[in-house]
Amino acid sequence: MELTVSDLTVARGGVPILAGVQFVLAPGRALVLRGPNGSGKTTLLRTVAGLQPAMAGTVAGAEERIAYAAHADGLKAALTVAENLAFWASVFGGASIEPALDAFDLRALAGRRAGHLSAGQKRRLGLARLMVTGREIWVLDEPTVSLDVASVAMFADAVRGHLAGGGMALIATHIDLGLEADVLDVTPFRALAWDVAGSDEAFL
Amino acid sequence: MSLWEYANPVKFLSLSERALPWLWGGAALCLVIGLGWGFFLTPDDFRQGSTVKIIYLHVPAAFLAINAWFMMLVASLIWIIRRHHVSALAARAAAPVGVVMTLIALVTGAIWGQPMWGTWWAWDPRLTSFLILFLFYLGYVALWEAIEDPDSAADLTSILCLVGTVFAVLSRYAVNFWNQGLHQGASLSLDKEENVADVFYQPLLVSIGGFVLLFLALVLYRTGTEIRVRRTRALIAREERASGLSPEVRDA
Amino acid sequence: MRALLIRDLRLALRAGGGFGLGLAFFLIVVVLVPFSVGPSSELLSRIAAGVLWLGALLACLLSLDRLLAVDWEDGALDLLATSPLPLEGVVAVKAVAHWITTGLPLVLAAPVLGVLLNLPGPGYGPLVISLALGTPALSMIGAFGAALTVGIKRGGLLLSLLVLPLYVPTLIFGAEVARRGAQGLDTSTPMLLLAGITCAVLALMPFAAAAVLRVNLR
Repeated sequence: MELTVSDLTVARGGVPILAGVQFVLAPGRALVLRGPNGSGKTTLLRTVAGLQPAMAGTVAGAEERIAYAAHADGLKAALTVAENLAFWASVFGGASIEPALDAFDLRALAGRRAGHLSAGQKRRLGLARLMVTGREIWVLDEPTVSLDVASVAMFADAVRGHLAGGGMALIATHIDLGLEADVLDVTPFRALAWDVAGSDEAFL
Repeated sequence: MSLWEYANPVKFLSLSERALPWLWGGAALCLVIGLGWGFFLTPDDFRQGSTVKIIYLHVPAAFLAINAWFMMLVASLIWIIRRHHVSALAARAAAPVGVVMTLIALVTGAIWGQPMWGTWWAWDPRLTSFLILFLFYLGYVALWEAIEDPDSAADLTSILCLVGTVFAVLSRYAVNFWNQGLHQGASLSLDKEENVADVFYQPLLVSIGGFVLLFLALVLYRTGTEIRVRRTRALIAREERASGLSPEVRDA
Repeated sequence: MRALLIRDLRLALRAGGGFGLGLAFFLIVVVLVPFSVGPSSELLSRIAAGVLWLGALLACLLSLDRLLAVDWEDGALDLLATSPLPLEGVVAVKAVAHWITTGLPLVLAAPVLGVLLNLPGPGYGPLVISLALGTPALSMIGAFGAALTVGIKRGGLLLSLLVLPLYVPTLIFGAEVARRGAQGLDTSTPMLLLAGITCAVLALMPFAAAAVLRVNLR
């Protein structure tokens, strides 16, 4: 089933940022969101992931199917790499962590505490978490921050594998991942003053 | 024409602007009559002497301290269920007034208690309940102040108000269980036998009326201020978006 | 949910201080009380039950601001909110983990510290039972407070201000059980009321806590 976003208005702090966002994400496809800093990509992704209510419009086909990854990886410094992954695996229904360890080249680090990893290694662990969730739609906010070139390629391979298996990916990023993906520039959806009512507009 | 029309901030403002002069005037009139009558024209109590006259401040303040919280509870429920901004702002506006009323009730109670019971403070159930109510008010006000986003603040304080009400009632019974008190029974109950004598009762009712009008005036006035603050915010946001400047760019 | 509980307990063990901090604070309070009120054993045995309850309550309060804030800061709360676990369950499990790491050690340490304060002989049983019944409510109410203040920088003081009045009924009934027990009186009425409060809190508070957490996450 595809992910359908129609006429979506997203707001931060009661102020609408993007309005009338439309797209359809089909199984096996990836969509890359582009736009300058502060254009509302993060807010859009959080809304699609259900962390934030939409101001208007609908997101269909997202229920219980989304694995979300943002700037913060939710890693516990005191747990080992394997323990971190195993925790998320069991929260999401107990998938094996082995493929994820291999895909992100973490096997050698499996017994190391997450607190002792470098920034790039932590990021890889954060992304490896996506594979153990078993969810079909990956919603990724700047996934390549602090990754080196080799790791970016590793990540792109993981996404490709996910898509090949019928998964979907919605990615906000500035760099070219070398993926076969549709691109959506969010700039035209900027909420303008006159066509959308923010929550404060009730006071005018 | 439904009552909910006044949930529109603009309508509410125009109504409150028309009502406010009457409320201020009525409050002043009732307070002058009630307090003047009570202080100068009633006889001294045969046991308590003239100290009894503090009742005209103490009872109305205590009455409002509780009812202001009750009003906040109703306003919070309206916000949670119907999401009318005015309702949330009215709850916010009422809270500091409630704090002051609770404080007045506590302080006048202490001043009254000193000659009567020989102590400024006793851990009597009623006194203790008011002290706990005071803490609830402080927490509520502090939470409003601490959260930047106004809609989130309204949501969080509304839920705090609901949960707080349950715990305040629970505390009231717990405190009763914990200590039997010195405080006299209710001054105003429907049971005539328990009430204070008629000579004191009539001016008391007038001053309670004055306090209620004063409370309404203060809440309407403060709600108006809150609405104007939000209006200003909305205008600034509109201005900025019209000039193509998003809030993030401004923050950075 | 079991995975979350195990993870939280493991973190508390590894990070150090998880189990120890509240307990150390409890010990300090109990040791400082005789210095402040005087060493008279008659006075101490009279106030012992109340002091132990108050110390346990404050020790519980001390660790509340980390209850959800850690997961909030590192983004784990966002990820948990998008996971199959209901947020109500997440908050409840967090409260349970808090109780196991803070409340349970306090319950176990209380009789030992009771000796220091000359708690009368018949008071030990009711003290331990009342703490065992009451501290879960303290953790759950605390989780609600933590959920309310999770997005606020330096919210620790605000958290105390919000939570302390909510603790009043639990403290009154809990300390009443311990006090009556120490005097050799019948404790059944306050005990039942305490148990009732704890049951109600455990049943209803997760919903309130999850509701405010959802507001704070958006």
